Amino acid sequence: MAYALQQLINGVTLGMIYGLIAVGYTMVYGIIGMINFAHGDVFMIGAFVSLVSLLGLAALGVSAVPLALGLTLLGAVAISALYGWAIERLAYRPLRGSFRLAPLISAIGMSIALENYVQVVQGARVKPLAPVVPGGLTLMTEGSFAVQLGWMQVVIVVVTLAVLALFTWLVTKTPLGRAMRACEQDLKMAALLGIDTDRTISLTFVIGAALAAVAGLLFLLYYGSIDFFVGFIAGVKAFTAAVLGGVGSLPGAVLGGLLIGLIETIWSAYFSVQYKDVAAFSILAVALIFMPTGLLGRADVEKV
Amino acid sequence: MTEHAAPLLAVDGLTMRFGGLTAVDDVGFAARAGEITAVIGPNGAGKTTVFNCITGFYRPSAGRLWLTRADGARIALERLGGERVASRARVARTFQNIRLFAGMTVLENLLVAQHNRLMAASGFGLLALLGTRGYRAAERAAIERARLWLDRIGLIERADDPAGALPYGAQRRLEIARAMCTEPVLLCLDEPAAGLNPRETEALAALLHDIRASGCSLLLIEHDMGLVMRISDHIIVLDHGRKISDGTPAAVRADPAVISAYLGDEDEDEAESGA
Amino acid sequence: MTALREAALSALVALGLFAPIVGLRTVPGEGGLALAPQPGLVGVLVGLVFFGRLGVHLRDRLRPAPGRAAVRPRLAATTARLGAWLAPALIALALIWPALVGRYYVDLAILVLTYVMLGWGLNIVVGLAGLLDLGYVAFYAVGAYAYALIAQFTGLGFWTCLPMAGLLAALWGVTLGFPVLRLRGDYLAIVTLAFGEIIRVVLLNWVSLTGGPNGISGIPRPTLFGLRFGGDEPGSFAGFFHLTSSPMQRIVFLYYVILGLAFFTNLVSLRLRRLPLGRAWEALREDEIACRSLGINITRTKLTAFAVGALFGGFAGAFFATRQGFVSPESFTFMESATVLAIVVLGGLGSQLGVALAAIVMIGGAELFREFADYRMLVFGLALVVMMVLRPRGLVSTRTPSVALGTPRMIGADMVAQGRG
Repeated sequence: MAYALQQLINGVTLGMIYGLIAVGYTMVYGIIGMINFAHGDVFMIGAFVSLVSLLGLAALGVSAVPLALGLTLLGAVAISALYGWAIERLAYRPLRGSFRLAPLISAIGMSIALENYVQVVQGARVKPLAPVVPGGLTLMTEGSFAVQLGWMQVVIVVVTLAVLALFTWLVTKTPLGRAMRACEQDLKMAALLGIDTDRTISLTFVIGAALAAVAGLLFLLYYGSIDFFVGFIAGVKAFTAAVLGGVGSLPGAVLGGLLIGLIETIWSAYFSVQYKDVAAFSILAVALIFMPTGLLGRADVEKV
Repeated sequence: MTEHAAPLLAVDGLTMRFGGLTAVDDVGFAARAGEITAVIGPNGAGKTTVFNCITGFYRPSAGRLWLTRADGARIALERLGGERVASRARVARTFQNIRLFAGMTVLENLLVAQHNRLMAASGFGLLALLGTRGYRAAERAAIERARLWLDRIGLIERADDPAGALPYGAQRRLEIARAMCTEPVLLCLDEPAAGLNPRETEALAALLHDIRASGCSLLLIEHDMGLVMRISDHIIVLDHGRKISDGTPAAVRADPAVISAYLGDEDEDEAESGA
Repeated sequence: MTALREAALSALVALGLFAPIVGLRTVPGEGGLALAPQPGLVGVLVGLVFFGRLGVHLRDRLRPAPGRAAVRPRLAATTARLGAWLAPALIALALIWPALVGRYYVDLAILVLTYVMLGWGLNIVVGLAGLLDLGYVAFYAVGAYAYALIAQFTGLGFWTCLPMAGLLAALWGVTLGFPVLRLRGDYLAIVTLAFGEIIRVVLLNWVSLTGGPNGISGIPRPTLFGLRFGGDEPGSFAGFFHLTSSPMQRIVFLYYVILGLAFFTNLVSLRLRRLPLGRAWEALREDEIACRSLGINITRTKLTAFAVGALFGGFAGAFFATRQGFVSPESFTFMESATVLAIVVLGGLGSQLGVALAAIVMIGGAELFREFADYRMLVFGLALVVMMVLRPRGLVSTRTPSVALGTPRMIGADMVAQGRG
């Protein structure tokens, strides 16, 4: 029982991170119908910027943890957003209206380039980071097993919920959000109605990258180590989350993220850590085959 | 009119719902062998949905679709579904927004239509790797059949051009020829005259008469009333997913329900405001 | 003036991009990581972006856009005409290659030919049938491990195991394909990617069968009608022909084995394209719904494409295993799938010649950059992006009709579809 509760806590924490990344996939897919393969690597960039920022602030003598985290969050979001914008501008926008495979190949190329870029400039080794927010609560003990709720986990859940609330407000209540939803419905029509679609798509990438950066910071804090390759696996899992929730559905992405986080944690705890990625990938396959519209997605009738 | 044993196609109680929307509601009609049957009606009447049910693209929510073969055996089309409506029941179709294989040549389009016959002759693709004689004969026959149809639709000169490069009217004719290369018993045409000029429409009418004379029955959706009235043996009128009239062109033309459906339901509006 | 402003803006963006990641390198220090500032490198990168942007601006000014657009069709026509003599020339060159060059270049050619074969195999799936497969490496891996394991457990030779490895890979393709081929478009891509990763993770963790990360070594080498390579005792190649044994003999033999396998792949692909099955694949790529209306069984047709593609992937895998004498999971990462797909797309979907050229350029090119190993994949990734922006339809983008009444004419890329799945 206690063990299960612990896994639940860990799973939700991990799921929040996946959910944040998944939102970026879902938004981009919703608007221009492409899988932004490099999105996981933007997440990785966010994690690296966070690492550099935390180290830099520590070197400058900023010792107040909330201040350091706040500044790091802002820095990571800003830089990753810039990456998101630049990637769209250079690798995807010239291909709009091109052949179907072109954007996907370009995205794969961008993903490979980003991974190796970080490997070249930051080195291939795993980067460790000492715990920034140590300690936690002991919720209950059962025999020798104590259920721990780390402060770090509290921070992750609180930050994720705050960011998602802000994001929901942005999408539902602002003119930008309206423009984004209009583009999702029908890109051509939105353009005819005077919406600057290029700008809207750019902003979608920027927002997605910003969310991924938040996820990158949280991931770094939670696991305490990153390397240039974390983006690939996390990206595929977050995409799985987006599909599971229903591609195009924003609440679905978060829900899917939570599910993937839980499944992965529980699988590792009760079955086998080595095969946890297999579990996640198998769920992706099963989900796509048996419920292609996902949990909260719309069904679309095939036009003949 | 003589009474046939059973109509070629009998539609009975056909209903198609999408979520909460009922696109086709309890429609029944028959298409007899050797005739041209037309389905007409205002936009959104459910004509294309009926077509998609008959040709296996949609699975109807309710109703039966019986196809009677020449030997008297009956096939339930709604149970076949998918490509088997074309391969087993021999019901072919064309599409409202033409669906040719644009990057393949005109000739290739007609050969793809004979896929199942050629596959059987090629030992499901494997024996023909070795270039057996049986397959080569089958391929020659297939090309011959394609040449025949190209002659009929006047496209023999363009056999080696990509289908996507043909002018619009030629693409329509090619799509019909491609459907005919599957040797159907029933050919379903979804607005074959859409976008054609009067001369092309005339040629189309002649082509459809030809097809009927060759023994294939036709079912068509069409907006060009002139064409429908001229070539059809039998007309079904749909409105808002229901059948409102069924009969010979003359009878349908005189039907008050049809007139009100096409002229904007003036009677109904008055009745409502009066009540 | 606008040029300067834009260049300055781009430089500013570049500064934002590079300053934190390039400018502050994390290095191991006392008690954790420390930062090593690299302002010079950032300065160089930002400068490059500034002048690069300026250069692009100047070029656009000097050469107006319409002129550039007109070049492309002409280029396409040139490649098409070149194709007529380029293909025979390449074949002739391939046949005499080992006589012309030294050991290093024969080895390199073996590598290139392996990718040519993989490219031709994947071309059936992606280029002809229009099914986007991001996990092609799975079949390569199945072929390689199947050969390694069968050879290890049964002691059978390469030529007996080769068809078995291919068939196993094809079987695997059908098993995977059956559930996933109903999926549309990008979903298929992601599921195939997932299956590719699953296979790799299983190979990595099923230690009792696959040896886990250590892989399988001591895989038997191929023989020529029972003659071994290496040594000059009776029963070996050198012994039988009374030659002095040299390692070069085996390498040249391996070269001709892979050349033969690649030719076989090409021959079967070209033949299938002219048969109803291949024509149905292409029709599927063009319009799936129309195919259904003509009575073509979509699932079965897709499955055959998947299976034939997997078969050649399996052959290539078996060859890889016998050439290396060793297999391990790290040879079968997503990067391999991405590389093969890139070869197919850069070559031009459906074009056999294009795929061969792309494999030569990409694998050969990557090998030439071997000294800059760190930068190799970075350049590879960027090259993919640049190629897609400049030439999304690949090197050879025209389609040759499979049958014609008169003289066949090339079909332009603008007509040909790329499929939805």
